[in-house]
Amino acid sequence: MRRRIFTPSVIPGPVFNAADALIIAGVVALLAFGIFLALDAPRNVSGPDIQLTPFYLPWYATYSLTRMLAAYLLSLSFTLVIAYAAARNPAAEKIILPILDILQSVPILSFLPVVVLSLTAILPQAVALELGAVVLIFTSQVWNMTFSFYQALKTTPTDLGEASSIFRLNPWMRFRTMELPFGGIPLVWNSMMSWAGGWFFLMAAETFTVGERDFRLAGLGSYLQAAADGADVRAILWGLAALVGTIIVLDQFVWRPLLAWADRFKVEMVEADEPPTSWFYDVWQRSRLATWWSMRVRRPFSEWLDARIARRFQAQNVNVMTSARVSRVVRIILLLLLAGILLWGAYSAFVLLARVSLDEWGAIALGAGASFLRVLVALTIALAWTLPVGVAIGMNPRLARVLQPIVQVTAAIPATALFPIIVLLFIQFTGGLNVAAILLMLLGTQWYLLFNIIAGAAAIPRDLVYTTQTLGLRGWRRWHTMILPALFPYLITGMITAAGGSWNATIVAEYVTFGGKTYFATGLGAEIARATATGNYPVLLAATLTMIAIVVAFNRFFWRRLYRVAEERYRMD
Amino acid sequence: MNTNNHNHNVLVELKGIGKFYGRGQRQIRAVENVNFKIHDGEFVALLGPSGCGKSTLLRMITGLMPPSAGEVLYRGEPLRGVNEHATIVFQSFALFPWLTVQANVEVALQARGVASDERRARALKLIDLVGLDGFESAYPRELSGGMRQKVGFARALAVEPELLCLDEPFSALDVLSAESLRGELMELWTSRALPTRAILLVSHNIEEAVMMADRIIVMDKDPGRVVTEIQVALPQPRHRKDLHFLAMVDRVYASVAGETPREPTALMGTAPDEPGKTEMLPHAPINAIAGLVEYLAEEGKRADLYFVGEKLGTELDEFLPAVEATELLGMATLQGGDIELTPLGETFAATTILARKEIFAQRIRSLPIFQWIVDELQHAPEHRLPQEFFLKVLESDFTSEEAERQLDIAINWGRYAEVFEFDDDRDELYLPANGLTLVGVGDTISSRK
Repeated sequence: MRRRIFTPSVIPGPVFNAADALIIAGVVALLAFGIFLALDAPRNVSGPDIQLTPFYLPWYATYSLTRMLAAYLLSLSFTLVIAYAAARNPAAEKIILPILDILQSVPILSFLPVVVLSLTAILPQAVALELGAVVLIFTSQVWNMTFSFYQALKTTPTDLGEASSIFRLNPWMRFRTMELPFGGIPLVWNSMMSWAGGWFFLMAAETFTVGERDFRLAGLGSYLQAAADGADVRAILWGLAALVGTIIVLDQFVWRPLLAWADRFKVEMVEADEPPTSWFYDVWQRSRLATWWSMRVRRPFSEWLDARIARRFQAQNVNVMTSARVSRVVRIILLLLLAGILLWGAYSAFVLLARVSLDEWGAIALGAGASFLRVLVALTIALAWTLPVGVAIGMNPRLARVLQPIVQVTAAIPATALFPIIVLLFIQFTGGLNVAAILLMLLGTQWYLLFNIIAGAAAIPRDLVYTTQTLGLRGWRRWHTMILPALFPYLITGMITAAGGSWNATIVAEYVTFGGKTYFATGLGAEIARATATGNYPVLLAATLTMIAIVVAFNRFFWRRLYRVAEERYRMD
Repeated sequence: MNTNNHNHNVLVELKGIGKFYGRGQRQIRAVENVNFKIHDGEFVALLGPSGCGKSTLLRMITGLMPPSAGEVLYRGEPLRGVNEHATIVFQSFALFPWLTVQANVEVALQARGVASDERRARALKLIDLVGLDGFESAYPRELSGGMRQKVGFARALAVEPELLCLDEPFSALDVLSAESLRGELMELWTSRALPTRAILLVSHNIEEAVMMADRIIVMDKDPGRVVTEIQVALPQPRHRKDLHFLAMVDRVYASVAGETPREPTALMGTAPDEPGKTEMLPHAPINAIAGLVEYLAEEGKRADLYFVGEKLGTELDEFLPAVEATELLGMATLQGGDIELTPLGETFAATTILARKEIFAQRIRSLPIFQWIVDELQHAPEHRLPQEFFLKVLESDFTSEEAERQLDIAINWGRYAEVFEFDDDRDELYLPANGLTLVGVGDTISSRK
């Protein structure tokens, strides 16, 4: 089965409505709340001492992995609960969907300063920073997982639902035999993607430093940064090896086997031509351990669990009525509380924003313009090289087989981990960060495009390729009549994600503390970072909101329209 | 089977069953005032064209869907919730693709709290019974359509239902698999190897119903209702070439297809934005209509509906709409199970493509729905209106799905006849710039005002 990587979820309906406004107000309130907490944040925060001897690397890798795992488990629980609630409860659906839709397009990294500052103000530093990293990764991972699982739940075939009813499956069995398996493949794919995206944010969180505030966390990211800081080539190579090694190990021992295993959950009644394979999964399948596990542990346990839960469902039927009445009271209280928070947040945001001077607004606007140009240039460069390369790989199965794994591993290396190294190389040549920042952003975005273009090119039907050959279409005409239209949906999908990624990258790319010196470019990301460093909270809020507004507006008014056109006119299947 | 059912126990009784969607003016009646009984030991077939609500009826009988009016009695007791004595074999099999054949059968038993060992034994027995032994550990996708439906039967029979409901179980299968599966089911049923007390088959295949059922309940649409009940007093096993069998098929055909009324305007109804009943356009694309007319012309004008159906596809869903369309357009008439071309139909079959379009255009301009579309386009700026506009109005007469289908058909016919055009990029209907001179337009306005 071929599917587009990172399919953005576009909800049908008007481009912008009251619910969206309310949710944005909620985001503003949340930010304002965070900034109020941050007022008490300590002025000086000292980071950990990073040991550059490779001996420590396994520890750092373990720290990093643990953060990722914690965030992922949080995301998974959130996904299962929230997606299920949205899919099965129309009232919840009305609230949850628009929230997910806005939050998935907000540049998460712009939250990093506010989250970290506010947490250090109320919690012990060590706890606050760990929690900040986990929250950041969580917010980067969770939305697409929740969306995809929600969509799977909503699209479970009616006949399977009817079969479950007529054979009287209780809600647990229904979840276990129908809903979870049906959502299995999208869930595994999106988990994999979320995990890859999570590295990006983990590295950013581990290396986050502004001015006197060193928010770094011991881990692979800070190791690489320290190595680059000391221009220690050996340590840089060790760090990269550890990072790439970790990613490859995870890919081979977790994600590939999971994909191969989840293939059984596909609904198509035909055998796929290229089902996902995993050598490790094959070995495991053939091992005695697997048989033992399935016969002695998994089966008895699920039998026991099914029976237990079945008993509970039989007992529970009675007190459904009372819980409904209670929930109404709870709902009203919750609504009032929510309204109060919104009002308070909007008010305090207003108070804060009123303190931003005209000059500062000017700087923010200039920064926004500069960052926008940078995003544009990064996207253009990315498109310029990924389009021919992606098409070449995608349309040539042999080439694809060789290059695909290499591309995947390269892409999985989080750009944020490479920033310090790039900076080390670049600062000497260009002096400033204005151009280097583009390169940094490019690193973070081009892979989304390349993946999608490869997938799109590979999905062009063979008979269309033959037709253009027999018609003698070559060069530009071939691109114009076949390749570009066929790629269009994939291109748009890739561009949406790439643009979002570029904006995210501005925060870390436009402001770099390196070798005891601070470099910054003109840009919105730099404004946010500088405001964090100097404790200028009104500007921090103003700049963060500006970035959110720009990205959300672009998504709604530009990308979403293109996406619809792509879905309606250029879909191949 | 014994056809004298009066002494048998009544298993299911429907009393004034109705299913309505929407309210007030916009209410759509999917099923209205349906009354019938299913007796112990009986094989009943529900037969009718698509949209007559037979599947909806089946869902109300099994308790998957509550009726809007009336009640379903099971063994004399009103039904609440899903009927635990009934199971369904689905048209689409509805197997869990990620479970093996055996697990698919076991799931039904597990839900009823059957312990692990007994579950296994019963599932294996059923798999054996339907002839799938050796495939216990196969996944549905490894099986052919016919074998998948056997799993569907095994699963439904595993819970030993009193009432076995078959929702067009053979229509997704190829002809040979369907035939053999039907035979196997009848063998199990007539030999009383099943614990099942009664079978209800929903079908739109007349032959199939006559082949299997003791009694056929014929339904029609708009609103979905029972037209007639026919006892099939033929001994099992039945044979297709048997004269009594053929006579029975003919009889059922006649009652399903109906007869062309003397006053052809009765078929037309009123325009969607006017009071009165808006008749549905039959779901027949141009090709199907032209194909039917040509075939009839070759056969010498008049033919037995059953034989035409055989030739052009036995499934009523494909064939009946084309018959209805020719009737509606005045190209053919129905009488006593026969279809006959009118002089107009003969002309249509014999003439050129362009002349065909003209005939077609003239005929559809007399249909209220087309008069309404053309009239609205006439009064619209630039003679253009978005598809949405027409859908909105149609939705007051039909469900939103049906409204969409109606507009699709109207566009299919209208485009062919060049009565109006459709802009796919902008989803708009419009009148062609030079099309305003056509005769029909003046007619429509004068006839409406």
